[in-house]
Amino acid sequence: MLLNQFLLLAAVLFSVGVYGVIVRRNGVLVLMSVELILNAVNINLIAFSTFWGLGGQVFALFVIAVAAAEVGVGLAIVLLIYRNRRSVDIDQLDELKG
Amino acid sequence: MTSLLAAASSTSFDVPGNVAFAVLAVLMVVAAIRVVTTRNVVHAALWLVVVLGGNAVVYLILQAEFVALTQLLVYIGAIIVLFLFGIMLTRAPLGRSEDLDNNQRWIGAVVGVLLLLVIGYSVTQSWGSDRLDFAAYDLPQVSDVAGTAVEVGGSGNGRTQALANEIFGDYLIPFEVVSVLLTGALIGAIVLARRD
Amino acid sequence: MWFFTHVWILPAVMAGSFLLILLFGKRLPFKGAEVGITAVSICLLFALATAFNWATWGADSPKVSTSAPAEQIEAVEVGALAEVPDQCSRVVTELREGEGSASTEAAPPAGAEVPAGEGAAPVTPSGTGETAAPAMGSAAAAGGKGEETVTRPVVRCAPWFESTDALVTWGTQIDGLSVMMIVVVTIISLLVHVFSTDYVHGDRRYTHYFAFLSLFTGSMLFFVLSQSTLQMIVGWELVGVCSFALIGHWWEEKPNSDAALKAFLTNRVGDVGLLVGMIILFFAAGQSFSIMDVTILAQEGEIQHVLLLVASVCLITAVMSKSGQFILHTWLPDAMAGPTPVSALIHAATMVVAGIFMVARLYPVFFEGLSIANSSVNLLAVVGAVTALFGAMLAFVQKDIKKVLAYSTVSQLGFMVTSLGVGAWTAAMFHLFTHAFFKACLFLGAGSLSHACHHSFNMVDDMGGLRKIMPKTFWTYLIATGALAGIFPLSGFWSKDEILAGTGSFPGTEGANGTYHLMLVMLLLAAFCTAAYMTRTIWYAFFGEYRGHGHPHESGPRITVPLIILATLGAIVGFLNLPAAFDFLPAGSLTRFEKFVEPIGLYFPSITHASFNPVLAVLSVAVGLSGIVVAYLYYWKGAFKGLHGLSERNSLAGWGKNVLVNKYYFDWLYTTVIVGFVKGPLARASNWFNQNVIDGVVNGVGRGAVGVGKFVYDDIDQRVVDGAVNGAGATASGSGGVLRHLQTGRIQQYTALFFAAAAILAGVFVLFVG
Repeated sequence: MLLNQFLLLAAVLFSVGVYGVIVRRNGVLVLMSVELILNAVNINLIAFSTFWGLGGQVFALFVIAVAAAEVGVGLAIVLLIYRNRRSVDIDQLDELKG
Repeated sequence: MTSLLAAASSTSFDVPGNVAFAVLAVLMVVAAIRVVTTRNVVHAALWLVVVLGGNAVVYLILQAEFVALTQLLVYIGAIIVLFLFGIMLTRAPLGRSEDLDNNQRWIGAVVGVLLLLVIGYSVTQSWGSDRLDFAAYDLPQVSDVAGTAVEVGGSGNGRTQALANEIFGDYLIPFEVVSVLLTGALIGAIVLARRD
Repeated sequence: MWFFTHVWILPAVMAGSFLLILLFGKRLPFKGAEVGITAVSICLLFALATAFNWATWGADSPKVSTSAPAEQIEAVEVGALAEVPDQCSRVVTELREGEGSASTEAAPPAGAEVPAGEGAAPVTPSGTGETAAPAMGSAAAAGGKGEETVTRPVVRCAPWFESTDALVTWGTQIDGLSVMMIVVVTIISLLVHVFSTDYVHGDRRYTHYFAFLSLFTGSMLFFVLSQSTLQMIVGWELVGVCSFALIGHWWEEKPNSDAALKAFLTNRVGDVGLLVGMIILFFAAGQSFSIMDVTILAQEGEIQHVLLLVASVCLITAVMSKSGQFILHTWLPDAMAGPTPVSALIHAATMVVAGIFMVARLYPVFFEGLSIANSSVNLLAVVGAVTALFGAMLAFVQKDIKKVLAYSTVSQLGFMVTSLGVGAWTAAMFHLFTHAFFKACLFLGAGSLSHACHHSFNMVDDMGGLRKIMPKTFWTYLIATGALAGIFPLSGFWSKDEILAGTGSFPGTEGANGTYHLMLVMLLLAAFCTAAYMTRTIWYAFFGEYRGHGHPHESGPRITVPLIILATLGAIVGFLNLPAAFDFLPAGSLTRFEKFVEPIGLYFPSITHASFNPVLAVLSVAVGLSGIVVAYLYYWKGAFKGLHGLSERNSLAGWGKNVLVNKYYFDWLYTTVIVGFVKGPLARASNWFNQNVIDGVVNGVGRGAVGVGKFVYDDIDQRVVDGAVNGAGATASGSGGVLRHLQTGRIQQYTALFFAAAAILAGVFVLFVG
């Protein structure tokens, strides 16, 4: 098998994830898209670890752990937003407007 | 036809493996696209399960069993449940809803395709002809805790053991840092989400 | 020797004190002040012991005849670096290795001076005997001429981190310069601590204040003891952070936090110069941060001149910001928003002195890079002289007594920078030394005044007549003013005279490094202004009638005792460096400061010293005195005449002969002069001069100085300099107005832009670069 096919799969997942982050309104869905991006990165890490030893796998594990933390905190933030605004619509969070 | 097969087999073209991969890849891509396009929030979470599961299979193909299992446990076991809880707690509409996307769909699509082109082009340029070899996994020997040499060979057990040696050897401090991070995230999530 | 190698204890003690106060200060009986004072006292004792040891250590140093063969001088000089471990300086190691092979063949060194002269002690390695410099046995101690005592710096270092080729160390470098600095810093800091216990008594962040005083002192000690340039940068920034915290001590009021920000941001501008300069030096010295390496290589001409020039210009930018030199000086007067003892600390011993110290420490870079020797103009000297003169003029128009002192510091720092620029290194350091005492005294005196006058610093409106009410403050302030004005025999006279002589411009002065005519003229003018504006503050604060409200009172002993100590020091420390020309005095009492502080050796340029010139000395005192006299006539006697002119021309006969009128008189004068300068300079000026000819030259000189000061302040400082700053701000604001429509506040739009930009950038790299 070629290395490239895994990398391309990861690239597709990554781009789809970016699309989701840009397009989705619901905060929970944005977090899901971020998970797609992280998983794409993990595929890359593990694919490359066939060349350069187990470091890639170790990093993939770290990414999984960090992703778990990120989802925990991210969802807590979404919950807080919901509690304060009765909505998780990211479009409405535009107080940084210039 | 036979010559093609012969040519393929002469370069160790792994037909069943590639077919399996192709099916898996298509499934994952479709699932991923559904995650970001579906109009039902719960469906999005369920499609995400498909992508994450597909990821685990990809890890298995790449002979990373431990990571694959962790993926199943952490992602499908924990994170998806978190997402479902999040959907419930934020009273997201459980059925179809039309306004899940904002008005940037075209921008998002253009950016996504642009990224795909750039990444695809550069990885093809750099890694287009590299074949996977699992030689890097075949570590000659690792030592167990007592220092005696352990035969690992190509067995799956041995790879996981080698991974454990990596984590608790070279990567011990990052590992500890990650555990601190998890604790911090735990506390942070509680602080953020508690009602007071 | 123990003190030299353990001097790292000083910053460590202060850092410990900082942590202790921060963590436990509030629970202690004196809210943390006692920890700070104890720590500084320990440091002061340590510093004094170090200075004492340095004196004896210096007396035992190897001496070499200047007429000896070059190889022999070099052998002695390399030998003097015995206390620089290999680890701390690659260059010294190489020198020693080269020397070791050379000296084996010339084992019995010939041609050394025979021990002679009074006080010639048999040369033995001092103290424990662990320090035997190889060449010392041959170089004999003697007091005769044509001999120089080679300084033996003591360097200690520890590895900090290692990167490919470069080992970065940090540690301490002890020589006369750093010993002098730690003494100054600890003395001033201790007195400021004591003063503060009364001054900020009952403040809401009393503990926090003392914590930062400790950190400030510790950072400065860390800075002046630096062994590597990287460590210097760290100390430099630490000092900046502490000054930010202390200037903004009362941050609840907007001007104070603005002033702190201004100080910090202005310093960031200079810090860019510092970083660039240090990086250039790092590569120029063959990837070494060691100050020894940099200075020796610069001194030996191993670094290209262009590199040294660029590096020194970059470092001058840093000096401009840190030491309040012209163009980047604007933060210094604003920094008066901080508590007064902090101003005293900043202006006398820490922060602003950091820039001067940096130049002094890396002097070979500047000396060679700017070609100071045998020249008549260079950037450093010009910057300094311009600052000295303009700063002094600016001080004329300030109502706020602290701002007068702030501009005075700007001006005096200009003196030091000029002095460094003309090659009079020792004079600059000596002026730093004396200035620290009398300027600290002046600031603390101003603090004492404001303490009495309900925390107002407005000497024009809220002070006056305090001479009788606050005699201790008055007398100490008067002495310090005299020292600042350079009146014989107070300390300022000696140091200022050395600087003036160091310009080498005055006829009959010999031995200077160059001939800087312009600098001499500007410095003399600045000295005149200095004397005049200081007399003005005395007039406003101590004479006339009290114009504030309430009943002022003399401050308590915790305020007056530091004042008395500082005034005493400010009066007498000038005798530490009596000129060599005073040969009727015992030889041991002459040029002591120079002998102890100025390094002689491989890592320092062999600068010469201008001879004492009695004519110049008299002239400088005369200039100072005339400044005082002019101001005296103008303020004490001139009020009546001014009133005449006023009533004639403005027919405001109602302006009476009282203090209030006096005040308005100046307001009117300022306005007229501004208008005269801005609207119709020639017509108004000639009219003004005609009107005032009868009032006498004296009056005219006074007004002219005030006018120029006002002009400089209003037109150059406020309009050109601030205008450039504001213009930059306005440009940013304007373009921001256009670009603000991009700021929709929608995160996902930003995300889209971010990813698109990343994709395009990556694409460009992949296609065209990779």
